[in-house]
Amino acid sequence: MSWRRFTNRAEEPVDIDALDPAMRQALGDFKASVHAWSDAVFSQPRTVREVVVRRSWRLAVGWGLTAVLLGSTLSAGLYEHHHAQVLAQLAAQRALEKQHQLATQHAQEMAQQEEDLFASVDKDVSREVPSAMEPLAQLTDDDETQ
Amino acid sequence: MAACTTLDPMTMADADGRAAHDFSHVVASHRPQIFRFLLASTRDVDLAETLTQECFLKAHRNWSSFRGESTAMTWLMRIAINLQKDHWRNRRMQFWRQTRTNAVDLDEASEWLPSGESSQEQRLLAQERVSQVWHAVDGLSERQRTVFLLRFVEELELSEIAQTTGLSEGTVKAHLSRALARVRGELGGKR
Repeated sequence: MSWRRFTNRAEEPVDIDALDPAMRQALGDFKASVHAWSDAVFSQPRTVREVVVRRSWRLAVGWGLTAVLLGSTLSAGLYEHHHAQVLAQLAAQRALEKQHQLATQHAQEMAQQEEDLFASVDKDVSREVPSAMEPLAQLTDDDETQ
Repeated sequence: MAACTTLDPMTMADADGRAAHDFSHVVASHRPQIFRFLLASTRDVDLAETLTQECFLKAHRNWSSFRGESTAMTWLMRIAINLQKDHWRNRRMQFWRQTRTNAVDLDEASEWLPSGESSQEQRLLAQERVSQVWHAVDGLSERQRTVFLLRFVEELELSEIAQTTGLSEGTVKAHLSRALARVRGELGGKR
């Protein structure tokens, strides 16, 4: 009987009183340990709800901070983009104005040069071309001296 | 007829009050045992508390359908076992979720011993034995562990275990034998 009990696992006695002292002792200790653990935990005040609340509070704060961070990053990006666009527009406007100014200046310079040229031409022509009455006047002068 | 209409609400209220009283009595007397079983099964205090609450919530919802064919303890234990099974099944299905649990390790679970007048040496030996049994229990299948804990921690009769688990007494005996063989092997192997 005892040979069968300890060689065939299906024949292991299931009644605690039928077990050998070592097994009885181990199972008794195990039961006492589980009871002691359970009693100790069960007699403690319940803190599960507080933990859940704290966790949810932390979660909410975490989400809030993430949302703020994300929002501020997006806002900064959008502002930066908008600012760059405004700057580009201003630069383009300034370039256009400068170009216009240069063109006006160039036109003025050209007009001035043209005017100067006409003036010098007028002056040169008036000096080089003799007066139509000058030889006659010279003859008159010669007669008077004689 | 008029008497009937005035009496009916009163008797219904009485019945409801009695049922509520009965249920609160059941909760008070069986809650520690249900919690202990779930704690030993999961080694997770938070999970055991949650499942215990769910167990009594479910029992409260179905209290009117409890016919008393089995004891309240057996009925509650059956609910607790099913809840535990559902929990592990859901956890296995949700493989993308975090798999870490709050279960304490075997050595930590073995540190609990009743405060007696035993010597330090006896306590250390007891702790060692408890640790060995925990290691054996950890290696059991879910069903073997359930049967083992119901028998050797909750001290239920074989018929009660059969009723609770929905197994035949023969199957319960077979599971217990295998579980005990494993414990024996663990105790023998560490000597």
